[in-house]
Amino acid sequence: MSQTTTFEQPKTGTWDGGNEPFKASYGKLMMWFFLLSDAFTFGAFLTTYGLARHRHRSFEEAQALLPEAQRLQEFEFSTQWWPIPEKVFNAFPGFHGVDWPLAFVALMTMILILSSVTMVLAVEAGHRMDKKDVQKWLLWTILFGSMFLGCQAWEWTHFIAGDETGMTLADGSKIYGANLIVNQYGPPLFADLFFFITGFHGTHVLSGVVLLILIFINTVNGVYHRRGHYEMVEKVGLYWHFVDLVWVFVFTFFYLV
Amino acid sequence: MSSTDISLHNDVHSGHDEHHDDHHDQSFIEKYIFSQDHKVIAKQFLFAGIFWAIIGGTLSSLFRMQLGFPEATFTFLEPLLGKWVEGGKLDPNFYLALVTMHGTIMVFFVLTAGLSGTFSNFLIPLQLGARDMASGFMNMLSFWFFFIASIIMFYSLFLETGPAAGGWTVYPPLSALPQAIPGSGAGMTLWLVSMAIFIVSQLLGGVNYITTVINLRTRGMSMAKMPLTIWAFFLTAVLGLLAFPVLFSAALLLIFDRSFGTSFFLSDIYVAGEALTHTGGSPILFQHLFWFLGHPEVYIVILPTFGIVSEVISTCARKPIFGYRAMIGSMLGIALLSFVVWAHHMFVSGMNPFLGSVFMFLTLIIAVPSAVKVFNWIATIWRGNINFTPAMLYSIAFVSLFISGGVTGIILGNSALDIQLHDTYFVVAHFHLVMGSAAFFGMFAGVYHWFPKMFGRMMDEKLGYVHFWITFICAYLIFMPMHYMGIAGFPRRYYTWTGFDTFSTFLDMNSFITIAAIVVFVGQFIFLFNFFYSIFRGRRATENPWKSNTLEWTTPVNPGHGNWPGPLPVVYRWPYDYSKPGAQEDFIPQNVPFSQTASSNLPHERDFE
Repeated sequence: MSQTTTFEQPKTGTWDGGNEPFKASYGKLMMWFFLLSDAFTFGAFLTTYGLARHRHRSFEEAQALLPEAQRLQEFEFSTQWWPIPEKVFNAFPGFHGVDWPLAFVALMTMILILSSVTMVLAVEAGHRMDKKDVQKWLLWTILFGSMFLGCQAWEWTHFIAGDETGMTLADGSKIYGANLIVNQYGPPLFADLFFFITGFHGTHVLSGVVLLILIFINTVNGVYHRRGHYEMVEKVGLYWHFVDLVWVFVFTFFYLV
Repeated sequence: MSSTDISLHNDVHSGHDEHHDDHHDQSFIEKYIFSQDHKVIAKQFLFAGIFWAIIGGTLSSLFRMQLGFPEATFTFLEPLLGKWVEGGKLDPNFYLALVTMHGTIMVFFVLTAGLSGTFSNFLIPLQLGARDMASGFMNMLSFWFFFIASIIMFYSLFLETGPAAGGWTVYPPLSALPQAIPGSGAGMTLWLVSMAIFIVSQLLGGVNYITTVINLRTRGMSMAKMPLTIWAFFLTAVLGLLAFPVLFSAALLLIFDRSFGTSFFLSDIYVAGEALTHTGGSPILFQHLFWFLGHPEVYIVILPTFGIVSEVISTCARKPIFGYRAMIGSMLGIALLSFVVWAHHMFVSGMNPFLGSVFMFLTLIIAVPSAVKVFNWIATIWRGNINFTPAMLYSIAFVSLFISGGVTGIILGNSALDIQLHDTYFVVAHFHLVMGSAAFFGMFAGVYHWFPKMFGRMMDEKLGYVHFWITFICAYLIFMPMHYMGIAGFPRRYYTWTGFDTFSTFLDMNSFITIAAIVVFVGQFIFLFNFFYSIFRGRRATENPWKSNTLEWTTPVNPGHGNWPGPLPVVYRWPYDYSKPGAQEDFIPQNVPFSQTASSNLPHERDFE
């Protein structure tokens, strides 16, 4: 064989091979690159949202085009203009008929951010090899993640069912709620994008909760303790923070601007 | 085989390594089907790629027959194609499906999965001095996701309404409305599902390639000592990782438009007098999303062959590659630019001419790194001691095709010229030369060159030469005349063109192209015979038949699981020390330390002795 007998050593710098230049295992690197790729997927969806939003008039723009006498004083839903999110997302479970703009979605966001905090604590406990703490914080994260999904389910239900005001069409008929084809709140694309993007994000959260449950079971069974490190918790943690970060963008695009 | 067997077993028994002992215990299924060995997965991709290439080539022969002999009747096709050929005439919808599937299969299934899947898998661990990919399991999943995508796409060929027929770019609204043409029905649904799974496969493969290159280089293998093949595969994987997810998004949105009534890509539209409910969407958006993948995609196809060709040319010219760092820099430049030029495919979509000129500017800049590469290849061959192996012939021809096709790229990149040339055969000629034929030639170069390491035997050289000259001559005979037709405005994707007086003068030229296309298609069976015959009956290979420097040639003739029987090789030098003045032989492999080559060391290398 051509294996050379040698007394000299090759170079041993950070990038000279035989080591991990980013001080990260291959599994962690893979998770980072997957997230980079996933960011482009979400990027494409948010670009789609931006373009659709741009192609429709806002309420003010639509009003400015009308003669003075026909202008509406109060915002109302119409397919002629993009809805104002504060008017769409103003309901709260258990409080019928209130107008609390974005209160519920703010609560959802808080819950998701809290779950990120507990995830950080779980990863930190993993570094200390503290099995009990890892379990505790993973459980909290699963709880908050599931609560977020529950909130989203309620929000979707409310969005689909609509409220009694509905939207009056040109022929005088009324539509209530929204689905992929008709939309009480404005142009159909608004509902399409709402369902698609929050749905895609929700699928990510759901996958995250499933992953968390799996690593929780492994932690309880002591798999990671025997392995000597809790890197799997870190990897799922990376994913979980990414999903959180994406929500921040979704929240900004859908609810704030 | 006996001598290599002995050396292999000697090493096993003196072994200090745990990997190679277990490969005897693997069952057939673990070893050849659900294998996690990168070499087996590479061969799986190669065989799948060859299978798809035969299908893709057959489809092109069929539509070339229609184009070359528009008045002829092909009754002999009826038993094979059933109702797609009625009274000897190809059904127009079938023609559209043929063109669409030819493009899809060649671009994605052959030149993306077949090319990267084969050579990235095979060469990354071997040339880096790694036992295997970072995650063998994900690598296996990558192939099997590709396999599922292949089955779905293959199945769609046999649907009664035919496979997708809206062009390989599947632009809505044509592709989004099942009632538009038969090919936009179930065939299109399966196309989208298959592509979504294909993208998952690419993602699994891509993260693996990137991570392996970053973390699993052997000791001494710094980034600046990597063979150019590895740089090429690395950048290809990065492109795929960033571009494919956008196609994934577009495919998902299109699936929703088609199947669930959304309007992402559809605005107010009538089909057959019936108003559809869709409103507010933008078909141009799809083009943007598609070409954000689509343009990097052509570099995903061509970059691996840049690497393969650099390696083969340097080895067979017995000269160091000219401008190693410039080669890396130009590949980085091309990879970066590939993300900011996508709209040059859309100059006639009604975009703002100012925006068009921005994309034109960025597009034309790509000529610079491309020219750097071409000059470097030519400078490497210049006054080399050339071994004209089949792989070398294919590599030189690659450079030729890349120049011929690249020059027309500069013409097409000009937005004003593109208005005349858009959707004509000029475009077809351009991309078939620069990414179709060139990538195929690079792939052939790779197969001929690394066949000994893949199968432990040599391919027959004489058959290789025959195959080469048929393929090379016909590639030009097919695509050169298409430029003339394109400049005259001959449109692509037309089923009948004899109805236009302007184009009827091209009857002979079209027949000529078709004959050349069929000759080259038949010629590929020489390769197929050579390939399969040599696997079983070829001349036995030695460990390093081309006297090459890279690490894969330091493995046994048939590397086992784990690649090196003993410890991993260690790297001291760059991979292109060919014909170094003062050296005993005309090549010094990467794992030879400078202390053993005192006679040939350059002044600055004496420090390493």
